[in-house]
Amino acid sequence: MTHSKGWSFFAENWEVGPIFRALLRNKVGAMLIALQIAFTMTIIVNAIYIIVERSQKMQRPSGIDEANSFFISSVGFSNNFNGLATTQEDLNALRAINGVVDAIQINAVPLSGSGWSMGLQTQPGAEFDGTGAAVYMVDEHALKALDVALIAGENFSATDIQVRVSSQTHWPDKVIITLAMANKLFPQEALAAVGKTVYINDIEPMVVSGIIDKLQAPWVGWDNVENVMLTPEIRDSKSSRYFIRTTSGERDRIMTEVETLLAKSNPQRIIKDMHTLDETRLRAYRDNSAMIRILITVMTILVIITGLGIVGLASFSVNQRKKQIGTRRALGASQQAIVRYFMLENLLISTAGVMIGAIFTVSLNIVLVNAFSLAPITWYYIPLGMIALWLVGQLAVYGPAKKAASIAPAIATRSV
Amino acid sequence: MFNYYLKLAFKSFRRNPILTGLMIAAIALGIGASMTTITVNYLMSADPIPSKSGQLFHVQVDSWDPNNGFNDEPNTPPNQLTWTEATNLMAAQQAFRQTAMAKSGAIIEPQNSDINPFEASIRLTFNDFFPMFNVPFKYGNGWDKKADDDRQMVVVLSKNTNDKVFAGQNSVGNNIVIDGKSFRVIGVLDTWQPLPKFYDVNNGAFDEPEELFMPFYLKQELELPNWGNTNCWKTPEGEGFAAFLQSECINFQMWVELPTEKDKQDYLTFLNNYVNDQKALGRFPRPMNNHLLNVMQWMDDQEVVAEDAQIMMWLSFMFLLVCLLNTIGLQLAKFSAKSAEIGLRRAVGATKGDLFIQYTIETAAVGIAGGILGLALALLGLVGIRQLYGDVLNDLANLDATMIGLALTLSLLASICAGLYPTWRACNIAPASQLKSQ
Repeated sequence: MTHSKGWSFFAENWEVGPIFRALLRNKVGAMLIALQIAFTMTIIVNAIYIIVERSQKMQRPSGIDEANSFFISSVGFSNNFNGLATTQEDLNALRAINGVVDAIQINAVPLSGSGWSMGLQTQPGAEFDGTGAAVYMVDEHALKALDVALIAGENFSATDIQVRVSSQTHWPDKVIITLAMANKLFPQEALAAVGKTVYINDIEPMVVSGIIDKLQAPWVGWDNVENVMLTPEIRDSKSSRYFIRTTSGERDRIMTEVETLLAKSNPQRIIKDMHTLDETRLRAYRDNSAMIRILITVMTILVIITGLGIVGLASFSVNQRKKQIGTRRALGASQQAIVRYFMLENLLISTAGVMIGAIFTVSLNIVLVNAFSLAPITWYYIPLGMIALWLVGQLAVYGPAKKAASIAPAIATRSV
Repeated sequence: MFNYYLKLAFKSFRRNPILTGLMIAAIALGIGASMTTITVNYLMSADPIPSKSGQLFHVQVDSWDPNNGFNDEPNTPPNQLTWTEATNLMAAQQAFRQTAMAKSGAIIEPQNSDINPFEASIRLTFNDFFPMFNVPFKYGNGWDKKADDDRQMVVVLSKNTNDKVFAGQNSVGNNIVIDGKSFRVIGVLDTWQPLPKFYDVNNGAFDEPEELFMPFYLKQELELPNWGNTNCWKTPEGEGFAAFLQSECINFQMWVELPTEKDKQDYLTFLNNYVNDQKALGRFPRPMNNHLLNVMQWMDDQEVVAEDAQIMMWLSFMFLLVCLLNTIGLQLAKFSAKSAEIGLRRAVGATKGDLFIQYTIETAAVGIAGGILGLALALLGLVGIRQLYGDVLNDLANLDATMIGLALTLSLLASICAGLYPTWRACNIAPASQLKSQ
């Protein structure tokens, strides 16, 4: 009894049966809308997935005090230019500036896209695989300048710092690594890595003297972007890059000051490439942020087109069925019943659309995963996409349905 | 008749301005999005040297680590050469033309003290570089083989460098101070920007060519720094610059010009023999794996077309598809409203063919309108792309005649395809059925 009541609830009050039979008379039209919804869902769900993936990537912290840091390069050109002496003078001058938290010479900068990497391994010998890590050659001021925290072991001391000449192949005997790197080298016992020996260049030993919390390599697209080592070195070279951290809000003032200071202190060089870490981050993720904006634009336009398409077709079908609607109204159908008719009709079509859409979405994702370096989609994006497209359909059809409901019953009595 | 049908089409547009507007907008947006992404992909995958891209080959030999391949993909030899290979293969002179290359940089000190010293990028290369890659000269020429062998301090300036240092004057014969030494200017290039910068895609495939060009062996002579990627699987034996050059580190590129297939086979044989000789000396621990890829194969191998650009292109094609589905639906609706009119026309003698032509003209008109609007949108889209990507894509976001033609053809085809089914349905309306209801 209950069962048959339930059935009649659908058949008589909600008119699913008649709607469905009416749809069958215009199969192509309904199919077109369903397909349009399916493809729209395919694009939107995949686009949103790419957007989320990219923005998560962009939100990873670099570990440094980005808002208050900048870097600048000095390149000497006269033949008697003394690189090491200049670097030491520069560093003293930079550290003495009021508002500078600390300054270091560094060979590469996080987020900048260019740098140096070396492999570290826990056993000596060319037959063992190394774990790649970005190298930052720095002195004992690095932790403060880079705003990284030591979580085990100790910082370099001034006496640890060795002079590195160009084309030098040997390394200092101490190294500080990130926690991520320690985890890779010594799984399960990362913090116990302090004091252990690792090998660089297959056989050259280095003792892990400290572990820092987090610092990114220069390459944001690298899978192991948190594999980083600091080596206690100062480079004797005609070109030097300085990384400067200032107190909050002082960065821009100090940048101008530093640029003039370095240019004036020695005319035998050029000062170039001064950039804030903020702009460096923008540049590093420019492709990603551009992709996100483009995808958002595409999605918005697509939803509008699909929505307008539904509005257009629904209005048209309302116009075509004016007489029938009038007749139904004259025979006692309420305005709500008319609205419900069009909403339900759209719901049926959308349901078919989102079902096909779910299949298409997964298929496109499989294609994208195979052809490009994308990760497979997470399952819940599919039901969310389905609900979103249902809503778009219902919203789009509501206007025309309201218009249909306002058709006067009297129209039934008029001839065309 | 054509003009009459066109007039009928415009009449029909006026009767259904909203539906027609929606169709035009849908096609325009679909074409706009597709053309924007196609243009970027088209320019990224363009042949930078069409006249001989099939005859220029990038040389790869596998000098890498016995324990690990150069990258994760099996059988991929390193993307660059060691100094040893670069100089040995150049000394052998086994190709019609050949050049080993490296990127470097130094500071230029202009004689005019009004111009500040500045850092310039250098392409270290051989005399064959200029004829091989059809490099255009504004003044003077490249250097000769003797200059290469004698390590002469001669330099070819890019047009921009000449503009900057010599105010665009013919500077051939003048001296210029580079890296603290005096060089003689031997040539000045005309505007030259191959896209992609195929001869060295290591640091940005769409970067500008270098600012200076000088003989390759000056790398050793002046100990010029390594710019570009340097990769080592083994530490240099010993310290210093000479040890680096003797090491297994790769920082050098090499191209050969081989006009015929036989030349290519001969060169491969030569490479195989060379590697065998090196193996006898205890080098090249990996299996023999020599590659000669021509320009387009090398661009493909190095994945010069950005992944994002390809993803966007495929998504925009789907976008166009949605727009077309939309148009088909709208067109169907529009034509079905006309069934009475069609029935009447059929009854008074119009053939199915006449009606078919008439309605195809109507849909084509929608397509052309959408296409023109779509082109405008594509221009807008490209401006947007340039702003989003900045200087990287500046030269890769321009519409040329081919692209404009493609856009119009695509929109015309798309709209006619979209109109095909509705038109066919409209033509099949039986005359009598529609007259009855009147």
